[in-house]
Amino acid sequence: MAGRPGGGAKGLDAAAKAWQAAASVLDPEVPCVTIADLGILRSVEIESGVAVAKVTPTYSGCPAVLAIELSVEAALRGAGFDARVERVISPAWTTDWITAEGREKLRAFGIAPPEKAANSVRALFGETIVHCPKCGSENTSRVSEFGSTACKALYRCNSCREPFDYFKCI
Amino acid sequence: MAAPGIPTADREKLLEFLLRLADDHLILGHRLSEWCGHAPMLEEDLAMPNMALDLIGQARALYAYAAEVEGEGRTEDDFAYLRREREYRNCLLAERPNGDFAHTMLRQLTFAAFMEPMWRAMTASSDATLAGIAAKAVKEVAYHIRHAGEWVVRLGDGTEESARRMKAAAEELAPYVGELFETDEVTEAMAAAGVAPDPASLRQEFDRTIGAVFVEAGLAIPAAPWAQSGGRHGRHGEAMGYLLADLQYMQRTYPGAVW
Repeated sequence: MAGRPGGGAKGLDAAAKAWQAAASVLDPEVPCVTIADLGILRSVEIESGVAVAKVTPTYSGCPAVLAIELSVEAALRGAGFDARVERVISPAWTTDWITAEGREKLRAFGIAPPEKAANSVRALFGETIVHCPKCGSENTSRVSEFGSTACKALYRCNSCREPFDYFKCI
Repeated sequence: MAAPGIPTADREKLLEFLLRLADDHLILGHRLSEWCGHAPMLEEDLAMPNMALDLIGQARALYAYAAEVEGEGRTEDDFAYLRREREYRNCLLAERPNGDFAHTMLRQLTFAAFMEPMWRAMTASSDATLAGIAAKAVKEVAYHIRHAGEWVVRLGDGTEESARRMKAAAEELAPYVGELFETDEVTEAMAAAGVAPDPASLRQEFDRTIGAVFVEAGLAIPAAPWAQSGGRHGRHGEAMGYLLADLQYMQRTYPGAVW
């Protein structure tokens, strides 16, 4: 096929192009951020002319995993690559991998980005301080440990009264 | 890809171990999913399927690895849907009916308090695949302990009625706790190979976790009148057959159906 990225000097350009294509895929459940913003796109490499993307699930049972993998494959094919997507579970994804830009996008979308906090097993009625994404207040309370998706909890702001999603820290 | 290099005897034990672990997670995940649409409040209607997703996701990873270890062409779906009751190796606790909300939350806390130290130890497993699964699961199970633990406290330290129900749940589930810590030739082989810890070694930490929650909940830990056992060898309670009828219905009726 004409225009297929080759190896050698062009290989680097091809890898960068492939990364760009894969990195543009939006998270289907949090469509304000890309999978690169979230840190779930681990790498894209060209192996024998095939673009191989490695993605890692956020949660073991995340129902979006298959949709993300198919979207990545489609994006790579759309950019002219033969593509393969591999699922890697180790090292385990952590919210620390969400980029600074990704955190800002989440906040702008109304989702409080994960705070760095110890996730202590015995810390019942956990005391993590979550800032309201609307008004910035620290005076917030947790409504439910589990929100609209596996990766989010439900909070409410006691200052501006706005309910909001919090991207859980794991 | 540890499987091809493992001697056959060890492979059989590893397979048995994986199926016990996977079945625990599938069956308890199925039980939790039964609450979907029936929870007492919207937040719990979200929480329980979320925990079920974690458990079923963990089960999928374990079944997929079991299929690889067995090397006979079975898939994760074959393990999940197409075995007979006697072939399931889950602990009896996992299959206990949901009962009321107190039963469900205490069952969840009990299982999570057992699995948390198990997964944590397995993050350093000599088996790289299991270490990877554990690294993810250990973070998820921490949430389950907190969520279920908070409910045990709320109900135990709540109204007269909620406390009565939580006490009844503790008494009803007490006989199913001991089975979690049973040791046999499979667990011994896993411990010796550094694959997973001896379950008996987790008892102290389990007791600490449960003890802390029960103190806050104002509950006494009931003495088990007897320790019910048999799940690890395929001997299940009456509820299991009904559960499997529900779980397997689609695959039995439309063999090979896929999304």
